[in-house]
Amino acid sequence: MKEKIPRQPMPEQAPAERVRNFKEVPLGYSDETARLEASRCLQCKRPTCVDGCPVRIDIPGFIRAIGDGEFLESIRVIKLTNSLPAVCGRVCPQEEQCEKLCVLAKKGESVAIGKLERFAADYERERERLVITPPVERKNGRVAIVGSGPAGLTAAGELAKMGYRVTVFEAFHSAGGVLVYGIPEFRLPKAIVQYEVDALIKLGVEIVLNRVIGSAGTVNELLAEGFDAVFIGTGAGLPLFLEIPGENLRGVYSANEYLTRANLMKAYRFPEYDTPIARGDSIAVIGGGNVAMDSARMALRLGSKKVNLIYRRSRVEMPARVEEVHHAEEEGVVFHLLTNPVRFIGDEMGRLRAVECVRMELGEPDESGRRRPVVVKGSEFSIDAEVAVVAIGNGPNPLIPRTTPGLELNKRGNIVADEESMKTSRRGVFAGGDIVTGAATVILAMGAGRKAALAIDKYLKTGEW
Amino acid sequence: MVVEAPDVARYRRPGQFIMLRVDEYGERIPLTIADVDRETGTITLYYQIVGKTTEKMSLLGDGEYIKDIAGPLGHPTEIKNYGTAVCVGGGIGVAPIYPIASALRAEGNRVIGIIGARTRELVILEREMKEVCDELIVCTDDGSHGRKAFVTDALSDIMEAERVDVVVAIGPVPMMRAVSEQTRPEGIRTLVSLNSIMVDGTGMCGGCRVTVNGEKRFTCVDGPEFDGHQVDFDELMTRLNTYCEEEAQSTREHRCRLEGGRH
Ligand SMILES: Cc1cc2nc3c(=O)[nH]c(=O)nc-3n(C[C@H](O)[C@H](O)[C@H](O)COP(=O)(O)OP(=O)(O)OC[C@H]3O[C@@H](n4cnc5c(N)ncnc54)[C@H](O)[C@@H]3O)c2cc1C
Ligand SMILES: Cc1cc2nc3c(=O)[nH]c(=O)nc-3n(C[C@H](O)[C@H](O)[C@H](O)COP(=O)(O)OP(=O)(O)OC[C@H]3O[C@@H](n4cnc5c(N)ncnc54)[C@H](O)[C@@H]3O)c2cc1C
Ligand code: SF4
Ligand code: SF4
Ligand code: FES
Repeated sequence: MKEKIPRQPMPEQAPAERVRNFKEVPLGYSDETARLEASRCLQCKRPTCVDGCPVRIDIPGFIRAIGDGEFLESIRVIKLTNSLPAVCGRVCPQEEQCEKLCVLAKKGESVAIGKLERFAADYERERERLVITPPVERKNGRVAIVGSGPAGLTAAGELAKMGYRVTVFEAFHSAGGVLVYGIPEFRLPKAIVQYEVDALIKLGVEIVLNRVIGSAGTVNELLAEGFDAVFIGTGAGLPLFLEIPGENLRGVYSANEYLTRANLMKAYRFPEYDTPIARGDSIAVIGGGNVAMDSARMALRLGSKKVNLIYRRSRVEMPARVEEVHHAEEEGVVFHLLTNPVRFIGDEMGRLRAVECVRMELGEPDESGRRRPVVVKGSEFSIDAEVAVVAIGNGPNPLIPRTTPGLELNKRGNIVADEESMKTSRRGVFAGGDIVTGAATVILAMGAGRKAALAIDKYLKTGEW
Repeated sequence: MVVEAPDVARYRRPGQFIMLRVDEYGERIPLTIADVDRETGTITLYYQIVGKTTEKMSLLGDGEYIKDIAGPLGHPTEIKNYGTAVCVGGGIGVAPIYPIASALRAEGNRVIGIIGARTRELVILEREMKEVCDELIVCTDDGSHGRKAFVTDALSDIMEAERVDVVVAIGPVPMMRAVSEQTRPEGIRTLVSLNSIMVDGTGMCGGCRVTVNGEKRFTCVDGPEFDGHQVDFDELMTRLNTYCEEEAQSTREHRCRLEGGRH
C-alpha cells in the first residue's frame, strides 16, 4: 500500500518571482508533508540507500523518527555521522547517491531522503535546538586544520568531540569555504553555514580567520610550534581558464571571482556593500556543472535580461545536479548545448561584446567514458555578451604544496593521501577534500574529514605512523 | 597608518602586501606593507585616498579597528647583491619601494633612490628613503620640491653617468611602462610591482591575472613583482578600468552619506 503515496514535492518560490530576489528557492516541508513522505520508506532490513551515502547515515533510522513525529530524535541520529545535515540535505547530488540506491527508485520514485534530512536539520535549527556540550574529558594533543570548507569543518568537529584542542586556520574573513564564497544564498542561506560554524565554536574549536597558511606561517612551522598533527583541507581553489583569445577583456570572469564577489562580498547588494560586479543585459556562462548553473542563476538575479549557458557536450553529460539544471531552465537560462567558445570579442575600450562559438558533435567516448565532442567545420557564430563567466573547473591551489617540502603530489598537483587514513607522505600531516580528489562534492569532502579525524585520533594515541 | 597585526608583522618579507576589509560592508583591497615592527607587532601602511575604502580608512581615528587584515601575501622581492640598484617610486609607489630599497642596501647594493610626486604635499617617506639610500633624488611635476622633473628624467641622468645593474620601479602604470621602455634598450633588469584589481589575494579567483611574456600570471601569488620588459601594460590599464563607473557611484553615495552626517 505504501507505494501508493506519491513522492512529496517541496513547495518552491515561483520562477518569475524568485529571479527577482536572493531568497532560497525550495521552501521546506511542513510537519505533515514530512511525516507523509517518511511513511513511504519501507524500513528495509538491508537498506541499500545507506550504501549510497558516503558518510553512511542510518537513513531508515532517521526517517522512522520523522514518521513518528520525533523530529529531534531524527536529527540526533543524522548527527551521529553527518555534522552538516542542513547543508547536505540541500546540496548533495542525492539522485546519484542515497536516492539512487533506494529500493523504491527501481519501482519509480525513491524516498526523498535529502529533503527529509533538510527538514530534520531545519527543525532543529529553527524550533528546538539540541544542546551542545563540550566534552568533559580533554585529550592531550593539538591539531591544526588548514581551510574551513566542509572537509576542515568536519575534521574539526569530530576531533573536538573526542576532546582534542583544535584550531582552524582560514584564509578568508569568513569560515565555510565554498559553502560561503561559491554556493549562492538562494541555494544555501549563509545563516545556515554560520549556525554550523557557531556550533563548532561552542564545542571549543578555535577559528582563526584571515590567516593564509603557506604565506603567514607554513605547515612545518605549525608542526614546530606545538601542533601534533595538521589536516590540510584547502579545496580546489585555482580557476581554470579556456586559454582562448580575448579572455582578459574587461567583463570576462572566472566563476570563482564572479561568485566570490556576489556571495562572499555581497556585490548583489552594491552599493550598500562596496564590492562591485559587472552587470549586463546579456551574459554568457561557459560550463555545465553546478558552478555554471549557480553563475547563470546569479546573473539572472543581478538583472541580466538574457543569460546564455554554453556547454560543449549534450544535456545528459552535464555534471550539474538534475535539480539545478531544472531550476536554471525554469528561470529562463538559455542553453546552447554542443557549443564551444573559440574567442572573446571586445570593443576599442577593451570591453567584452560577444563570444564567438563553434558547434560540436559527439564522437568516440574519451577516458571519462563520455563521448568526446568534436568541432563541426565552418559552424562559427557569435553570441552577444557584455559579461562572460568561465566555469570550466578548478585545479588545486599550489600555495601549500609549494611551501611544504616532502609533500607528495600527483601529476595534477593534488596532494596524495591514503584513501582510508588520509595520511600524506609527511609524518603528522593529513589531507582530504577537493585538494586530494580534485573538485568533487560537499559530502565527499566531509567523509574525508571524518576519516582523517579517526586516523588522527589513532596517530595521537599511538604515535605510530 | 600603523596597525596592530602581529601575525603579519611576524612573517612579512619586503615586497609583500596585505588584503584588508575596512568594515562589514567593505571591499577587500591590497596594500603594501611598508614597514613592520616585530616588537610591537605592528605594520605600517601608506595609502592614497582614491575611492571609498581609502576614504573610510582616512576617517579612522587612533585606537579604532579595521575589520579584517590578511597577510602577508605575494612573493617577496628577490633581494641580492646586484651592484648598483636604482629604486624609482612614483606617488604612493614610494611606500612599497621603501622596504625594498632598505633591503637592497642591507644586502650590500649601492642604492640610488628616485621619488616623484605631482607636488610637494604628495611626497612621502622622504626622510626614511634618505636614510636607506646612498643617494636620493626627489622630483615634483610642478617643481614645488626637489627637481622640477619626471622620475624618468632623473633616471636618464643616472644611466648616463654610471653603470646600473637593476631598476625597481613602482608607481602609476604609465610611469612603470616608461621606465621599462627606458631600460629595455640597455638590457637593464627592471622589476615593476603591478597594482591589479584583487579579490582574495590567494590565487583563487584569477581576477588579478596579467599577461607576462605572453603567459597568464596571477599578480597576487606569482607577483606582485614582474619583469617590466615582459609585462603587457596595455592590458593591465584596460583591466584596471573595469569598475570605473561603479567606483564613481560608490564614492558619490559615500560622500553623500558623509555630508548627511550619518556615518
Ligand atoms: C559554485 C559551486 C557550487 C557547488 N555546488 C555543489 C553542490 O551543489 N553539491 C555538492 O555536493 N558540491 C558542490 N560543489 C563542490 C563542493 O562545494 C566542494 O567539493 C567542497 O566544498 C569541497 O570542500 P573542501 O573542504 O575540500 O574545500 P573548500 O570548500 O574549497 O574549502 C577550502 C577552504 O580552505 C581555505 N584555504 C585555501 N587555502 C588556504 C590556506 N593556504 N590557508 C588557509 N586557508 C586556506 C579556503 O579559503 C576555503 O575556505 C560546488 C562548488 C562550487 C564552487
Ligand atoms: C599588490 C598591491 C599593492 C598596493 N599597495 C598600495 C599601497 O601601498 N598604497 C596605496 O595607496 N595603494 C596601493 N595599492 C592600490 C590600492 O589597492 C587601491 O588604490 C585601492 O584598492 C583603492 O580602493 P578604494 O576603494 O579606495 O578605491 P576604488 O574606488 O575602489 O578604486 C579607485 C582606483 O583603485 C583601483 N582599484 C579598485 N579596487 C582595487 C583593488 N581591489 N585592487 C587594486 N586596485 C583597485 C581602481 O582601478 C581605481 O583606479 C596596491 C595595489 C596592489 C595590487
Ligand atoms: S548526506 Fe547526502 S548522500 Fe547521505 S543521506 Fe544525506 S543527502 Fe543522502
Ligand atoms: S532503501 Fe529506500 S525504502 Fe529502503 S530504507 Fe532506504 S529509503 Fe527506506
Ligand atoms: S586576487 Fe584572486 S587570484 Fe589574485
